[in-house]
Amino acid sequence: MQDLVRDWGPLWGVLGGTGQILAIMVMLLLTLAFILLFDRKVWAAVMMRKGPNVVGPFGLLQSFADFLKFVVKEIVIPAGANKTVFILAPLITITLAFVAYAVVPFAPGWVISDMNVGILYLLAMSSLGVYGIIMGGWASNSKYPFLGSLRSAAQMVSYEVSIGFVLITVLLVVGSLNLTDIVDHQKAGIWDWHAFSFIGALVHPQEGAGIVGTVYAFVVGLVMFMMLGIFFVSALAETNRPPFDLPEAESELVAGYQVEYSSTPYLLFMIGEYLAIVLMCAMISILFLGGWNAPWGPIDNPWVGFLILYIKIWLVFFMFAMVKAIVPRYRYDQLMRIGWKIFLPTTLVAVAVVGGHVAYFGR
Amino acid sequence: MIAVAAFYILSAIAIAAAFMVVVARNPVHSVLFLILTFFTASGLFVLLGAEFLAMLLIVVYVGAVAVLFLFVVMMLDIDFAELKAGFFTYLPFGGLIALILFGQFAMVGGAWIEKSVTASAIAAPSPAAAAVSNAEAIGRILYTDYIFLFQAAGIILFIAMVGAIALTLRHRDGIRRQNVSAQVGRTRAAGVEMKDPKPGEGVVF
Repeated sequence: MQDLVRDWGPLWGVLGGTGQILAIMVMLLLTLAFILLFDRKVWAAVMMRKGPNVVGPFGLLQSFADFLKFVVKEIVIPAGANKTVFILAPLITITLAFVAYAVVPFAPGWVISDMNVGILYLLAMSSLGVYGIIMGGWASNSKYPFLGSLRSAAQMVSYEVSIGFVLITVLLVVGSLNLTDIVDHQKAGIWDWHAFSFIGALVHPQEGAGIVGTVYAFVVGLVMFMMLGIFFVSALAETNRPPFDLPEAESELVAGYQVEYSSTPYLLFMIGEYLAIVLMCAMISILFLGGWNAPWGPIDNPWVGFLILYIKIWLVFFMFAMVKAIVPRYRYDQLMRIGWKIFLPTTLVAVAVVGGHVAYFGR
Repeated sequence: MIAVAAFYILSAIAIAAAFMVVVARNPVHSVLFLILTFFTASGLFVLLGAEFLAMLLIVVYVGAVAVLFLFVVMMLDIDFAELKAGFFTYLPFGGLIALILFGQFAMVGGAWIEKSVTASAIAAPSPAAAAVSNAEAIGRILYTDYIFLFQAAGIILFIAMVGAIALTLRHRDGIRRQNVSAQVGRTRAAGVEMKDPKPGEGVVF
């Protein structure tokens, strides 16, 4: 967007930038409509049901029908609620979910803000997501939402720590906080994607590293593969997806912080949640699975690159949907134990291992 | 021009929000305005070109510290009338502190405008600020010249954390705890027993 302002002058630059933002928002919302349907279809298929199949061919328009239903319903605000905060909470959730996409590089050169600290920006925006939940739970002025929001906030804060450490291992390997640099670092081929860099360590060993260096690089590659797993599970917990959907566990907490929400405010919460999930899918694709790079090498054409990243996002989301369908819900103490007693120490050791490799053998 | 407009908008919001932190009746609203102040302050950092500091401000203060604030304030049983009552007794003291703070800021700002004072006091950035990215520049200073202070700060935080845990941790007797290794190590043989009940006999456990 900076370039637009420089090339086109302030007025047209700002308008052009706004156009880009709108295009990405529309693309995201359309994607979301079908990814919601896909989620339900996968869930149904695992349970040998048909899933939504009435609205449109194969139920393709189901999400749009749901959208209309949400929008035309009456907005109910509880009498004892703190009205401003009650309305503000879903707005904050959806705004934060959208602004996080500002730094996501969708294709070569296709990024709204190619900032130096993109990865930190993503971390910051996802850590802000907790406010929508706390505010919503508190403003409802009711016990179930409040308890639900507290559980949810504790969960999100816990898993941010391990997500932060996983991000640190990635940025140690790459040597940059810029997401475009991170994607470029994986451009040689599938064995150079961070998830599979243990293959790369053997396919083209670092020059002058010797046998020790090659073995160390292999170990770092394995550590990065493990980080992919930890990031995936942490992403599930961070976005309150099953099996970590304790904040909205139907059988225990009614619907967590969303109990008092109806109609459009609820819709905003739900869109924000799914946007965060798609963002996590995009982050997994970008950080570990090569972003817009094809398995055989770099891509120059932005349209092809975008298509590749898009397919990767859908594949990662398929994993999210399968986990939802297959894995039973965790108990709250198990959730906290995994976050603090397993993921945190493991990622801490991983940062030390990767850091050691960078310090002694370079990148 | 856009940067100037952004600066004025952000500063106006920051000042208004900071004012509301003090004035708001509801403590939760105060904390929310405090968060807004942090947020706009990080926006000002971005305008200064210090995007790394801006992101750290959000991750650390907004994402972690303010969440704890909010937790604590929300859990409090608040009597609004009592809160309001103390306002005028505390006003002179608070006003004094505000005045001293304002004086200090005015002095710093004045010195800044008087370039002759600051030119000698400010060290030239090394290496040149444009040559390295923000994060790298901070890292080079923090992990070389100030490594001992940095470590000392870390140790102080660590001691504070250990102290907080030591103060609140108590082991009570008679509490059933989860034994995770026993739960995970459970086998099918230990958990399931197959019975084959004959008609009219039932099962004896």
